[in-house]
This record gives sequence, C-alpha cells and structure tokens, in this order.
Amino acid sequence: MLEIKNLHVKLEEEDKAILKGVNLTVEAGKVHAIMGPNGSGKSTLSYVLSGKDGYEVTDGSATLLGEDLLSMDPEQRAAAGLFLAFQYPVEIPGVGNMTFLRTAVNAQRKARGEEEMSSADFLKLVRQKAKELEIDADMLKRPVNTGFSGGEKKRNEILQMAMLEPKMCILDETDSGLDVDAMKLVAQGVNALRDAGRGFLVITHYQRLLNHIQPDVVHIMSEGRIIKTGGPELALEVEENGYADLKAEVA
Amino acid sequence: MALPQAKLDATEARISGLSRIPGGAWLDAAQGAALERVLAMGVPGRRDEYWRFTDPAALNAPEAPTAATMTVTDEAPIFDEIDRVKLVFVDGMFDAEASDDPRLAGVEIERLAEAGKTDIHWARDVYGMLEARGQSPVQRPFAALNTAFAQDGLLIRATGKAGRHVHLVYLHESESSDAILHHCIKVEEGAELTVLENGPGAARFNKVMEVEVANRATFNHIRAQGRDHERRAMTHIFARLGAESLFKSFTMTANGVLTRNEAVIEFTGDNASAHVAGAAMGDGDFHHDDTVFITHDAVNCESRQVYKKVLRNGATGVFQGKILVKAGAQKTDGYQMSQALLLDDDAQFLAKPELEIYADDVACSHGSTSGAIDEEALFYLRARGVPKAEATDMLTLSFLAEAIQEIGDETIRDEIHDRLEAWLARRRG
Repeated sequence: MLEIKNLHVKLEEEDKAILKGVNLTVEAGKVHAIMGPNGSGKSTLSYVLSGKDGYEVTDGSATLLGEDLLSMDPEQRAAAGLFLAFQYPVEIPGVGNMTFLRTAVNAQRKARGEEEMSSADFLKLVRQKAKELEIDADMLKRPVNTGFSGGEKKRNEILQMAMLEPKMCILDETDSGLDVDAMKLVAQGVNALRDAGRGFLVITHYQRLLNHIQPDVVHIMSEGRIIKTGGPELALEVEENGYADLKAEVA
Repeated sequence: MALPQAKLDATEARISGLSRIPGGAWLDAAQGAALERVLAMGVPGRRDEYWRFTDPAALNAPEAPTAATMTVTDEAPIFDEIDRVKLVFVDGMFDAEASDDPRLAGVEIERLAEAGKTDIHWARDVYGMLEARGQSPVQRPFAALNTAFAQDGLLIRATGKAGRHVHLVYLHESESSDAILHHCIKVEEGAELTVLENGPGAARFNKVMEVEVANRATFNHIRAQGRDHERRAMTHIFARLGAESLFKSFTMTANGVLTRNEAVIEFTGDNASAHVAGAAMGDGDFHHDDTVFITHDAVNCESRQVYKKVLRNGATGVFQGKILVKAGAQKTDGYQMSQALLLDDDAQFLAKPELEIYADDVACSHGSTSGAIDEEALFYLRARGVPKAEATDMLTLSFLAEAIQEIGDETIRDEIHDRLEAWLARRRG
C-alpha cells in the first residue's frame, strides 16, 4: 500500500534536516503506529506524504500503490486514495461543512474519472455516517470546523475520512486535545473503517490511543529515523519506560 | 473663502453643459441652493484629502469618457426570482415601456420631472435636504452637483409595508452616456420598503439616493454593480434615521474601472440601527472606493459597517469609513470592519478607518486588514482533494461571507453568493 524508502527531508527555508532516511511499508489491511518524542519528525512525515509546502525531499521515495506520491499535487494524492486526519483541523468560516464535504467527494471522483455522487445519495450517506459519529445536523450545516470544540473537530475529520473512503489513512495526533469519551468515539469511527483493502498509519505521542485502535505494528521514531519496530507490546514498553531508554538502547 | 482660480475653472467647465429639470417652486429652490453649494465647494481634485486615494479626474471632466457596454448572456438577469416591480432606466432616463406598472409595488412612485412641477410635495423636505446635511463636516461636491442637475429620478414613498420590492434597473446602451439620477425615498412611520438596484448603467453615472426613514420604519437596500467594466460611477446614499428605525444597505460590486460609493447616515432618533456592507471583487484596472460616514446624534443606536474586497492583478480597493459619535449620543454601539484579500502582490488596498467620539458611554470597535489567502486553509482543502483553483475560490467566498451574511433575505443572499461564485469561476477559465 504505502511504501517509504530512505526518505530524507529538510525544511525549504533553512538548512535543517528533519527526516534522515525513513523506511516504512504499510500493507493493506494493517494498522501501523508511529510513536516518538516531540520533534522526532512524526508530523513532518505526515505533511510530506500529503504534499504540504515548505519541505524539500532531498533523497528517497514514497509511493502509494506503486504511484510516486512525491511528484503529485496534494489534491492528486487525495484522489489517489491518501487521507490525512489533521492534528489541527483548519476553521473555514463561510463554507458550510456539507458543501465542503460534497465538493471534496465529487472533486475526487471527478479526478478519478468517476461519476459525481447525486445530491440524494450524498445526503443519505452523510447522514448515516454522521449519526455513527454522533455528529448532529447542526454541525453539518455550520461552517467547516468554525467554533467546533476539539472533540468535534476530530470527529469531523473522521467523518470526512468515512465519506472519502481513502485507501491509506494517516492520523496525525488524532488523540491530542480529546477527553476519554471523545477518544473512544473517534477510535470507533476509525475501527469501523478498518478493512482488508485499507491501510492506516497512526501517529501518536501517547500509548493511550492505541488501547482503542489496536495496531498491528508499532514503530518508534526519533531524530528523523525509525529506530525500532515491533508489535503492540512496544507501545506499552514506551508507556512504561519513556523514549529515553529506547534511544539509549539503540545508540 | 474664495476658490482657487483653477478649481473655479474646473467647476465651471464641469457644469457648463448641464441643464436643470424645469420645476415648480420647491424643486427650483432646491436646485438653486445646490448650485450655490457646488460653486462654493468646487469640484474635488486629487489634492483634496477626501480624494487622496481615488482620482476624480474622470468624474470632473466636462465630457463623459466613453465606456464600452457589456452584456453577459451566460447569467439570467439578477433578482429575476424575486417578487418585485421592475423600473428600468436606460442611460439614466426612465423607460416606461421597459418597466412594470409602478402601481404594482403598493407604494407611491413618481418621476422627479413630473412631481417637480407641483407647487407642494413631500419630497420638498427630502430632495437636496439630506444631501445638504451631509455636506458637513466633509464636502461632497458631486452630490450637490447631482441635486442641481439631476436629469431624472424617482420619488418613492411607502406608508405601509410595501407589497413588492422596488427594483431599479440601470441599463447602459450608449458608449458616451452621462447620467445624473436622483431618487428620494421616504419610508413613513412604521412602514417597510426594500429597494433593489442593479447597474450602474451609463458611461458616467452620478447617482444620489436620499432616504428618510421615519420612526419605527424599515428600509432595506440591496445593490449589484457589475458587468460594464469601463463605466465610471459615483454614488451617494444619504439617510436620516428616526427612532427605532432600521436601515440596511448591501452592495455587491464586480468589475468597474472607477466606482465610488458613499454612504452618509445620520441617526436622529433613539434606538435605531444601520447596517451597511459591501462585497467587491475586481481584476486589473478595477478601482473601488467605499466611503462611509455615520453620525450618531441619538441615544442607544447601533451602526455596523462590514466591507470586504477581493483584489487581483493590480486592482485597487479603497475604504474611508468614519463613525462620529456626538456628545450626548450615549450607549452608541458602533462596529466597523474593512478587509481586503489580495490575491497577488500587485493588488493594493488603501484604508482610512476613523472614529471620533464625544460621548463617554459608548462601545465602538473597528478593524482593517489586508492579507493573502490562508495557506493552511488552502492546504487543508487540497488535502481533501479540492483542486487549487477551486479551493482558492472557496476561500475567497469564505472571506466575503461576513459581508454577504449582512443580507437578511435568504433568497437574495444566495443569489448574491452565486453571482460572486460565478464571477470567480469565469476567471478560473
């Protein structure tokens, strides 16, 4: 599904390397988690994969189902099946959530040469998905993320994910700013989307999200590299001992 | 104070070819007084403080500059879905043939030229009167010139809730038309009227609308300016608001090498509200100026100004907005927001927001910003699959939303939104 090879990335504006040779393969049907201390390059990885400006790839490659992600515009990556659930979803006043969702769904379909979804089908689908995430009609009508609480914003991200049905989902610190109940709801939404044809990369600082979204593989990232890979037990180890021990162990 | 010779010459040259509508005593007196005001003030020059950002040369010139007319056929005429009485002006002259029967609006509607012949008329207390009040502390010579030399216009009086909206349509057919139009509107106590306008329609267009809103009356105004890009337009709205009245005016502007819209509003009765707003977008040699002056001279009144401009390829936006709170106008609530979205480095926004407050128990806030498209928001939309050009348009409309929201009527609001969206889409190619 997602294949990252020897990825080196620096900031465009200054000579500062952030990723220093990341290797990672996420298979269809699997959930991979990346954990790591602040500043290890986790969020940068998610931004570079989804095409945000401000980064320069100096070496390596990233492909989605064999297609070169790094040469595509962000909207092409999305149409190819990549989805990033933002750590900080952006507020867009004046654009209704529903309008935004429909524009996104149909833009992706158009880019893939598929037929646009009819208004009736769209409405039916969005209502059903929204209900599962406890998103009420008012939240759908309001401008995108505007005035939403932290929990509402994250649920809205998962709703977008459910509507867009991506092949590869990257969740960037989706647990940040969530209380336990909101986290459970978000995790349920994610788990509902788990299937054999879809890959997940869950980026998190803490282990607690992984109690609700069980990963198949856990990677530890530090200073721009993946320093250790293991099973779910690795997350528990981090929870217990912190990152310092791991870093020392690898060094 | 005598005018400098150059200014005097320019003023005489400007008015030399103009003629007055022959009127009865009241109109004649109003025209005469206005002419004296024009001669005392002189036409403005670039060195006048109030015209620092907008060059009045084309408005001053003895002859109107020519302006190509433009007909866009890919859109239905605006406000077509609204139940309204359409009154059509072609190059500044009323065209009865092309208009609906004015009586269908359920309000009194007369032409200035006819009503002006009468000895006595309600418009005597409005025509040129609100304009004259609006000449201090800032001079507005083009408005006085308009009062003196208006060729046509309507006198509209509502005594109850109007049965239909009044829609003034200004068509532009001649490439060198020079229109001077003057409307007077009186919304009597407790009455309600909505006026829609689209145009301007002439190579050069000078329009004054004086609006007297009596106690507990409501006046709504929605205006769409667009299409013929080369026309030069100078418009004034003078409004005097009675107690517990509501005044709302919204203007959409797309295209136009020179548009200056002035709104001069005075609160004379307590507990009244005035909301003025504008959404403008322009390209290239577009120049758009919103000049607003709101005087609070009553207790517990609320005024709100929301002006948004989208500028690209060297387009210029101007905002001069003032809230004057007189001594005694306690509990005034004043809000003023003027913002520009600059879509490239060539566009410019010139703003002069002002507050002048002589009462001590007031709440006034103002803000003025200019900036580019929010890169974070753009990336967010693109990451969801929305192509860059479409995402930019979505964010542009998002920027204008606060102004468009000022339109109370949902149908009209949606139509204005759709027009702006279509304008953007046409430029996307």
